[in-house]
Amino acid sequence: MANSRETATQALRRLVQGGTALVAALAVAPAVSAQSSAPIKIGVIGEESAVAGASITKAAQMAADDLNAKGGVGGRKIEVITYDDHSSAADAVRAFQRAVNQDHVNAVIVSYISEVALAVEPWAARLHMPTITPGAASTLISKHVHDDYEHYKYMFHGWINSAGLADTICDTTKDLLVGPYKMKSSVIMSEDAAWTTPLDEEYQKCLPKIGLKVLDHIRFNPDTTDFTPIFHQIEAKHPDVIITGISHVGVQPTVQWHDQQVPIPMAGQSSQATTSSFWKDTNGATEGVITSTAAAPGVALTPTTISFTDNYTKRYGVSPSYDGYSSYDDVNIIALAVQRAGSTDPDKMVEALEKTDYVGTMGRVQFNGKDSPYTHAVKVGKDYMAGVAIQWQDGKQVCVWPTDICKAKLKFPAFIKLPQQAAAQ
Amino acid sequence: MLGLQILIDGFAIGSLYGLGAVGFTLMFGVSGVLNLAHGGIMLVAALIGWLAAGDLGLGTYAGTLIGILAGLVSAFATYFVVVRPIQRSKAIPREETEIFVLTGTLLWGIMIQVGMAYLFTDNPVTMRPLIGGIVNILGVRTPYNEIMIAALCWIAIGLLWVLVNRTQAGKALLAASINPRGLTLLGFELSNIYLLVWTIYGILAGIAGVLLASFLGLSSANAGQLTASAFSIVVLGGLGSVSGSLVAAYVVGYLETITAYLVAPTLRPIPALILLVLVVYIRPQGLLGRR
Repeated sequence: MANSRETATQALRRLVQGGTALVAALAVAPAVSAQSSAPIKIGVIGEESAVAGASITKAAQMAADDLNAKGGVGGRKIEVITYDDHSSAADAVRAFQRAVNQDHVNAVIVSYISEVALAVEPWAARLHMPTITPGAASTLISKHVHDDYEHYKYMFHGWINSAGLADTICDTTKDLLVGPYKMKSSVIMSEDAAWTTPLDEEYQKCLPKIGLKVLDHIRFNPDTTDFTPIFHQIEAKHPDVIITGISHVGVQPTVQWHDQQVPIPMAGQSSQATTSSFWKDTNGATEGVITSTAAAPGVALTPTTISFTDNYTKRYGVSPSYDGYSSYDDVNIIALAVQRAGSTDPDKMVEALEKTDYVGTMGRVQFNGKDSPYTHAVKVGKDYMAGVAIQWQDGKQVCVWPTDICKAKLKFPAFIKLPQQAAAQ
Repeated sequence: MLGLQILIDGFAIGSLYGLGAVGFTLMFGVSGVLNLAHGGIMLVAALIGWLAAGDLGLGTYAGTLIGILAGLVSAFATYFVVVRPIQRSKAIPREETEIFVLTGTLLWGIMIQVGMAYLFTDNPVTMRPLIGGIVNILGVRTPYNEIMIAALCWIAIGLLWVLVNRTQAGKALLAASINPRGLTLLGFELSNIYLLVWTIYGILAGIAGVLLASFLGLSSANAGQLTASAFSIVVLGGLGSVSGSLVAAYVVGYLETITAYLVAPTLRPIPALILLVLVVYIRPQGLLGRR
């Protein structure tokens, strides 16, 4: 009896052991084969009902299709899974968790909104998920990585951050407005958001350096619908130019500026004006507006700029917003990092991403190292990503800066009074 | 000059608010319905008008008319799909009908808002002004469009006054707001009167939506706020009182404009809301309320 019971127990134990081994083998087998042929899965979280946010998912999908048409990367197909966060940080975090835990993605591309990217960042750290934001601009994103590298190293910042953006805009304004038009004063007009806090700080530092006195600094609520009082306040200071920092808003200030014939030119960053549909959205009121952006129609910043813009416009009917360029590049950068790492292990991917040296649709992409205060942010400058400035002229985005590539002259609507004209009167 | 600027801007805003609120209050007076889908209906008018004027290439005037028509259609949809079935339901106790209508229209308004955001994105749309250009009024640069909006609002309100006070149907409408039971005893069909008030409401809300789109621009994200502002104005003026709503519309319009110019644009809606709370405490029947 005792003997037979012992045998039964032994048999059971063997069965369990054998079963475990079998299960383990089954579990490992696909993991091994995953190394070679399973698709690289990239979760892409965008904002489908916002002008800039909608470009992110579209461009990422296009990048995956383009790579897959060429047979994928290292024999692996790229699979893009898209999520809409409805411009809400809470929805973005849920989408992120779902992407990681349920859809088992290998990397995530997320948002143009700094508040959203900042909400997702701790989750990228906790869940060890390599994550790139193609459109957010707050300097805090990469500052977190710098301050606590071991924890936050999974986060990468794929767009020019606010400080870099402000410096670029100051360079643009100097070449376009201060030099030729003898402008001397400005008012900063920014929406109240995470990305504009460092932007405005840098504006206040760099504008006086290029010779533009800052007469007033207006931060308005993004829910504002009537901009008349704001323009009135600006006009009372008689600045030569309004330097903008707007992204969540765009149509209303632009249309009201035009309809009320505010005689001061608008330059700076107006993210919605970076897409071709803005002309229609504003009924042409955007005529004369100057904004920084990723690339301009017909200007070859790199060998792929024009073909990307054309293919995107053909496929979706509108030109890509600024973050469409970076989103397209980020899919390529992630796929190449997986190939270099030879694995989708997050830590190995982070190491590979750090070694990124990729010429994309708008410039050469490299990420800052640990020594930079903006760790894992893209390098900004003439040799890397610098962006361009465009002005809306007769319904078209015309490249006006950098002046060595873009030769077009500025043109303003009749209601704009430029300093020289004002002096002549 | 700042004073004049406030006077002009506040008048344009107040006129638009007034137009939006008049239909809202008239409907409450006549049929006891508080339509919380109000902002949604203005939104539909604005978006369809914008679509017709721009994408469909019909131009601003045709677009404006189509927008108003869209407002009317969505008002009818609200009535026939949401309000009337609730009013006629035997399962809902009489005394709870109004609460059910309130809830029904609120949910309907959210459905419109989300649906429109899906179809049109939540980016604001702007109609091209019917008349472009500006005029200088004693140093204040005023768009012609702003003047025309105020004028159109008053023409619409004037026509409404003529309709209510000078026509047979209008008088029945007025009577219904005073004593609906008496009116049915006289042999009037209440459902026809309801239909008339929804027609008037739809047209007024449609005009307000399209004009707002040409003045400040309108997005699906604004729908809730539009309902809230109409609701506040109507409560402030006295529920069901048309003249009270008009007075309240200008009070709110000017309070907001003064705050925006003299304090901060960000704080714009706050004083009007404080006033509303005070009115609810001190004079619950509103400025010109009957009860």
